[in-house]
Amino acid sequence: MANEKIYDRINEQSPWQDITEGNKIFEAATSRDFCTGEWRTATPVWDADKCKQCLLCTPVCPDSSIPVTAGKRESFDYDHCKGCGICAKVCPFGAIGMREGK
Amino acid sequence: MAIRERLSGNEAVAYAIKQVNPDVMPAFPITPSTEIPQYVANYIANGEIDTEFIHVESEHSAMSATIGASAAGARAITATSSCGMALMWEELYVAASNRLPIVLALVNRALSGPININADHSDSMGARDSGWIQIYAESNQEVYDNFIQAFPIAEDKRVHLPVMVCQDGFITSHGVENILLVEDDRVKSFVGEYEPEHYLLNPEEKMAVGPYAVSNYYMETKRAQRQAMIQARAVILETAARFEEMTGRKYGFFEEYQMEDAEYAVVIIGSAAGTCKAAINEIRNTTGKKVGLIKIRVFRPFPEEEIARALSGVKAAAIMDRSEMFSATSGPLGAEVRAALYQARSEVEVVNYFYGLGGRDITVSDFKVVYENLETIARTHVVTGMYEYIGLRSEQSEEV
Repeated sequence: MANEKIYDRINEQSPWQDITEGNKIFEAATSRDFCTGEWRTATPVWDADKCKQCLLCTPVCPDSSIPVTAGKRESFDYDHCKGCGICAKVCPFGAIGMREGK
Repeated sequence: MAIRERLSGNEAVAYAIKQVNPDVMPAFPITPSTEIPQYVANYIANGEIDTEFIHVESEHSAMSATIGASAAGARAITATSSCGMALMWEELYVAASNRLPIVLALVNRALSGPININADHSDSMGARDSGWIQIYAESNQEVYDNFIQAFPIAEDKRVHLPVMVCQDGFITSHGVENILLVEDDRVKSFVGEYEPEHYLLNPEEKMAVGPYAVSNYYMETKRAQRQAMIQARAVILETAARFEEMTGRKYGFFEEYQMEDAEYAVVIIGSAAGTCKAAINEIRNTTGKKVGLIKIRVFRPFPEEEIARALSGVKAAAIMDRSEMFSATSGPLGAEVRAALYQARSEVEVVNYFYGLGGRDITVSDFKVVYENLETIARTHVVTGMYEYIGLRSEQSEEV
């Protein structure tokens, strides 16, 4: 099935016989399917008005959570952002602030 | 026709590596296994094999690189001893749980401290819970034979587990013995071409190795890993049978020496079995007493039922450990054999001996004393305690 996810086949109800040998995953980029943004304890907030679209923030994000479309950044991917704050630190225009909590 | 040679245990393993011509060998030198990568490096430098040798900065890196190569799809091996394997500790478990068919040539040496370079089994016995198959040898011939058999065992689809091929430091690793080598082409066809079904460098298949597994998955993963170890039993025996067809040399989980009618038995691992055999021959020839030996070859998976069956006819048995595990009761082999006998409802009297720690010699006379003690125990049904020592200097008459 084209849209079948790895957790449709192996999940928390799977018996041991269904676990792949050595937990090998025969799929790529499965991390996208898991909402790891819930680990976050601080949240970056983007001020679109102050943003000059210099795109310095995008490449420094360790979790690729600043999507870019047609040469312009968009709002954060909060499903995967861990709130590390590197983007806020690197922004020369004060367009990213950090808020406590999720 | 087999090739007659005289080789040390390290030379024998290196020669087997040359015959197998594995894809990758990351290794770091450590006494007494240093010669193995050294000889292999020579073979490579002379253009005799095309193994990719990786000069790493530590054993931690050696096992990491071996794991990486194996996951990528290579037939990968390494060699080490003692503290070198201790530095691999974390990766030993990773290799096994990732189900990588790595072969490790281990030359057994005591772990520090005190620092000591001589033979004892504390390195491999410490790693007995890491998920590796462990195969031990008495002689240079056996370590050569075991090393060749390790590949088909590790790479079998029913197993896919790493194998540790162990020999006693210096005693066999540096001792030169007559040896029968198998011809290159027959070794190559015995181990076959390595063709992994899943591997990272396969452009046709997406694959990730070693993912994070939370508590909802870890237990099921460990159960599946145990299944591979259970299935390894049959594969080890099938491989031994195939090896016997090729060479005429017979292997199993353990060797039974003069056990058909034995009343008193020693259970032991490694080179000291040769000394024990000499004692058995002498005792049987001079006194006719029915003494025998079980020499463990495969310690992981542990042949519990088979050992209990092999000991079922004896009156008393001495389980001999060449490493401490500081349970303050027994050594690792003593504990496992006792558990096997208990499970089999055996009434065999058992005493556990520590011998040969840090390379301490054990002699034919020592084994004669062991068999005399077994006779006394069988007659009096008094076992002095959970364990005794051979060759220990002490002011006490008993150490228990």
